Amino acid sequence: MTAPRRHVTPRPASPAWLPGKLVDVSSLAWPPRKHADMADTPSLSLSLPADQHSDFQELEDAEDLFPELAGPREADPARLDISTKSNGPKQDFFFDDDADDLFAEATEEVSLDSPEREVLLSDGPSPAITPITPPCSVITPLIGHAHDDMFTHSSFDEQVEVEGGGEVHISVSDPEKVGDGMNAYMAYKVTTKTSSSLFRLGEFSVRRRFSDFLGLHSKLASKYLHVGCIVPPAPEKSIVGMTKVKVGKEDQSSNDFVEKRRLALERYLMRTAQHPVLLKDPDLLQFLESCELPRAVSTQALSGAGLLRMVNKAADAVNKMTIKMNESDAWFEEKQQHFENLDVQLRKLHASVESLVCHRKELSLNTAQFAKSTAMLGNSEDHTALSRALSQLAEVEEKMEQQHHQQAHADFYFLSELLGDYVRLLAAVKGVFEQRVKTWQRWQDNQVLLQKKREAQVKLHFSNKVQQAKDDIKELEVKVQQGERDFEKISGSIRREVGRFERERVNDFKKFFIKYLEVLVSTQQQVIKYWEAFLPEAKAIS
Amino acid sequence: MMEEVHEEAPGLSVHGHSVKVTEVLKEGDGLTFLIVSQKLSGTGEYHVYRTYEDFEWLQQHLFTQEGVPGIQGVIFPPLPAKAQVNASAKVVKQLGFLALEELQPYCAALETFLHQVAAHSILSKNKDLESFLTSCEPPGQQRVRKTIFNRLSQAVEEMRKESHKDVDEFFQTKRDVNLALTSGTKNAVEKFLDVVLTEQKIAVACGHFAASMHLCVESEDDPDKAAFSKICVKLSDVFESMKKNMTNVAKNDINTLGLGLDLESRYQEAEKEMLFRRTCKLLELETARKNAEKAKPVKKATLEEVKKAAETEFDHICDVAKQEIEHFQGDRVQILQKALVDWCEKQLHTARESADQYNQHLQAFREL
Repeated sequence: MTAPRRHVTPRPASPAWLPGKLVDVSSLAWPPRKHADMADTPSLSLSLPADQHSDFQELEDAEDLFPELAGPREADPARLDISTKSNGPKQDFFFDDDADDLFAEATEEVSLDSPEREVLLSDGPSPAITPITPPCSVITPLIGHAHDDMFTHSSFDEQVEVEGGGEVHISVSDPEKVGDGMNAYMAYKVTTKTSSSLFRLGEFSVRRRFSDFLGLHSKLASKYLHVGCIVPPAPEKSIVGMTKVKVGKEDQSSNDFVEKRRLALERYLMRTAQHPVLLKDPDLLQFLESCELPRAVSTQALSGAGLLRMVNKAADAVNKMTIKMNESDAWFEEKQQHFENLDVQLRKLHASVESLVCHRKELSLNTAQFAKSTAMLGNSEDHTALSRALSQLAEVEEKMEQQHHQQAHADFYFLSELLGDYVRLLAAVKGVFEQRVKTWQRWQDNQVLLQKKREAQVKLHFSNKVQQAKDDIKELEVKVQQGERDFEKISGSIRREVGRFERERVNDFKKFFIKYLEVLVSTQQQVIKYWEAFLPEAKAIS
Repeated sequence: MMEEVHEEAPGLSVHGHSVKVTEVLKEGDGLTFLIVSQKLSGTGEYHVYRTYEDFEWLQQHLFTQEGVPGIQGVIFPPLPAKAQVNASAKVVKQLGFLALEELQPYCAALETFLHQVAAHSILSKNKDLESFLTSCEPPGQQRVRKTIFNRLSQAVEEMRKESHKDVDEFFQTKRDVNLALTSGTKNAVEKFLDVVLTEQKIAVACGHFAASMHLCVESEDDPDKAAFSKICVKLSDVFESMKKNMTNVAKNDINTLGLGLDLESRYQEAEKEMLFRRTCKLLELETARKNAEKAKPVKKATLEEVKKAAETEFDHICDVAKQEIEHFQGDRVQILQKALVDWCEKQLHTARESADQYNQHLQAFREL
């Protein structure tokens, strides 16, 4: 086991760790913003404002770079997956170009044996409110990287990303009711199977309840949404559904509800874990690994944080109406329109499938009823052979009912839930676009303020306020620069995220459609068998 | 001494089983049916146009056929209820399977009615059947008074009569079985109709989904978008196949088992009517006997006459009834068997066709 090492995201313009493979920034075709200012970023002080990100307390010694960082820095995408055993920062590459310091903080590699890990992971509940100002950028984003091939490609959308999905498999199972009455809840077993070095073990399970999942999402959203990450949304709360379960109704509809929720939670975790950035998040790791999890209180509907969330949502809504951004990049406008259209289409499809599911269930019920009536008819029938045939018909119809039920299941889980998931995901996508607008707004506001202060300063000749004004202006200048950088970062991140989202969308849909078709084919095969078995019975009547 | 030549009433001049109801024309609110029959002599066909009222006329005349002792023991082939253009919900419900698929099943049911009448040993000899099938002129308009033959509602009185204990074990058993089968079949018809209606709804839903899926096709400029569009188009095709499958499944259901069960249901009702008529006659006879017994000598002779007449009639009815029941049993088993076999074969064929299509779709998807 290697000695505990800590690696911090590599810094710009220090070729010590990148022997000769630095890629020139300008070779990257990228959105219209200039990156010249990136080069003059000041140095490497990692001053993190203490009030932010209680999670990342450890990021000091920036100077302790990566002397140990030996080894070839390959551009080969295969090496970039997180299954490698070393904790090298090469895993962070993608998040570095433009990558935010935030990302650096979030993905700080700490060896799994390091005592710091406990500290890192033992964060209190993350703020439920999206921080308004991002923490000051510290490590300047690095553009140049080792992977020449990928980055010289003109479209960032085509980056090959760390495919976390293949490395981590999460399942949610064994729902168990804990407690009684209105305080009862469902606990689910979350099992992770992985070959990734991010985890202590290759296979492990924990028990979690629904609010834990909501808490996880809340933390991830608060950390990553405002830097342009599409954070998969958690499954929705359902007061009606859960009340039935709590009250102890052991009937089919509560079982269906629990099953639906179990699978939704599984899909949620898988989607989250497939996100290369989110997979490394300590909160996610803690969620998956640690036996005890602090209760996520901020998800309760009437909590203080909950109210604050509601207020923020309202403020956001007002803002959305008033912010009009000068879009200099047609890509964003086009993408937003594209997602609007997609949203409309998916909702329509979802409604269509729901209707299909409903009819299919009806068919299942009606077939069962018909089977019963045929059985009764067979019993009343005095012609022996006919009576037997009718009884057999009843059996065939019962089997058909099973097939219809199975098909309804496929209709629901492979189509309806998929479409529903994507409608919700699109809301998250919309969210990041809105964050970008907010970021722009902040930057612009500061710029306006700076302008005002400068104008005001001119008027302040001989007063004791001159120094103050000068200080204010200096501060604002920094803020404006930061604002611009943040805007770039989020824009870049969104481009990547959207690219990944579009690819995932294709894969997801294809995967689920194939599953659906497989059920369709197997159901049909069964149906054929049943008819083939019945035909001689029908012929044998006389 | 001249021997009386008993001339057999002339039989039908057409092949009974060749009768087809080939077209239905909508005239205002009513429907006119084109009936084509092949001449026995092989020299051609008769084409006649008949309305539902004409069918009713025929049925009435069959009921009131004269010169046939024990006619009340006949199980009369059932005529389907009246169909209409823009039928009310109640009518649609009453018609059940016959109201589906653009009246094709209805025409088939009328056809079956005519086949059954033409094949009936007693009824086929009725002149009115001949004129119904062959005469260009529409049959007469006079409405024969409706008799006990058409009992459409169960009055309390009739229910009491219906449950009157029989003197004959054979008939008592028949009545019991018939009672169970009439309600059982009716129930099965209703449930099967529900199944078919749901199948049709699913077909429509699949069609909608396929159309919506097709709208998801995006511009081809982007590889991801192009890939997504391909997937959507493929799934749209799958759902078109599913729609076709469901539509055929429903059609098969209607045209084979649906019609079969519907006919069986009406046929059982016809047997029920016959058995009821016989029971009523039995009651009449028992009353006549009692009266004759209790009669004062003055009336005795008359009442004895009445009793004798009732006895004779009743015996005739029982004779005819026994034959009818035997024929009926054979007939209905054959009808049901044919319905079940046809249904199974058609569904098997449809299922195989669909399975092939689905397999192809799955392969295509995997290759995407």
